[in-house]
Amino acid sequence: MEIRRKGEALEISDLDPFLAELLRQIPGSANAEGQSEAEARLFTKPSAENEICAEWKSYVEPELRRLFHSATETVAEDLAQLNGNEKSFRNRTLAIPFEHADAWLNALNQARLVIVAKYKFSDEELNDHDRSPIGSRRDLGLFQVNFYGFIQEFILREMQNG
Amino acid sequence: MLGEADRTEGISPVIGMEVERGSTSTVESPTHETETHEKDELDIPWQVIVHNDPVNLMTYVTMVFQRVFGYPREKAERHMLEVHQNGRSILWCGVRERAEFYVQQLHGHLLLATLERVV
Repeated sequence: MEIRRKGEALEISDLDPFLAELLRQIPGSANAEGQSEAEARLFTKPSAENEICAEWKSYVEPELRRLFHSATETVAEDLAQLNGNEKSFRNRTLAIPFEHADAWLNALNQARLVIVAKYKFSDEELNDHDRSPIGSRRDLGLFQVNFYGFIQEFILREMQNG
Repeated sequence: MLGEADRTEGISPVIGMEVERGSTSTVESPTHETETHEKDELDIPWQVIVHNDPVNLMTYVTMVFQRVFGYPREKAERHMLEVHQNGRSILWCGVRERAEFYVQQLHGHLLLATLERVV
């Protein structure tokens, strides 16, 4: 896999089918519906004061839900490039328009937070970047968190470089 | 660590007023009445606090601080490191409405942030 800036897009090329599938799972992984702990992490309390929290839930939380949903929708649209030829095992290329960089950062972050809440990864596990191989769904979850973090790092670096 | 200037940015306390009223012309010997008018509750400043989170990337947190507060990179990094090492950092202090706005922005970027009254 190779990642580089190409014109007004961030291009992920030579993407093998396994990593392409992990990218395709970003919108689904970011969905916290029915997972109370993940939901609580995405929509955290703004204060220890009940009055503020109640107002927040009524007025701010719906806005945040719209923002998060919009980000995952944008990412899902970009990921449509990876659809088709489902049975093909050839490597793929994904171009992320630079103007979608914020949506990608947000959706990747949502997915990472939801996965961490789902599997209750410890700080030690999250810092163990050499852990392998993938032997369970939980291990795959940790790999996803690290892979998405890697993509985030690349997007951030390119944003800083302008 | 934060300097004092960092912690008091944007504070606009409401100060009590003293009003002096004059007498009317029908009173021979004018008397002066002084009324002290003080707001019941001063506009107590609120702090915007960001808490440590093992998932959010350090570079991401720095970028969010730059973007939300307009802090230069060095200052944003100092706060990020304070969050990472001490578990929390006070990013801003001032009136409640603005503090709420900042916390909303931080939550929009999925950072763990709260607002607290300055005690």
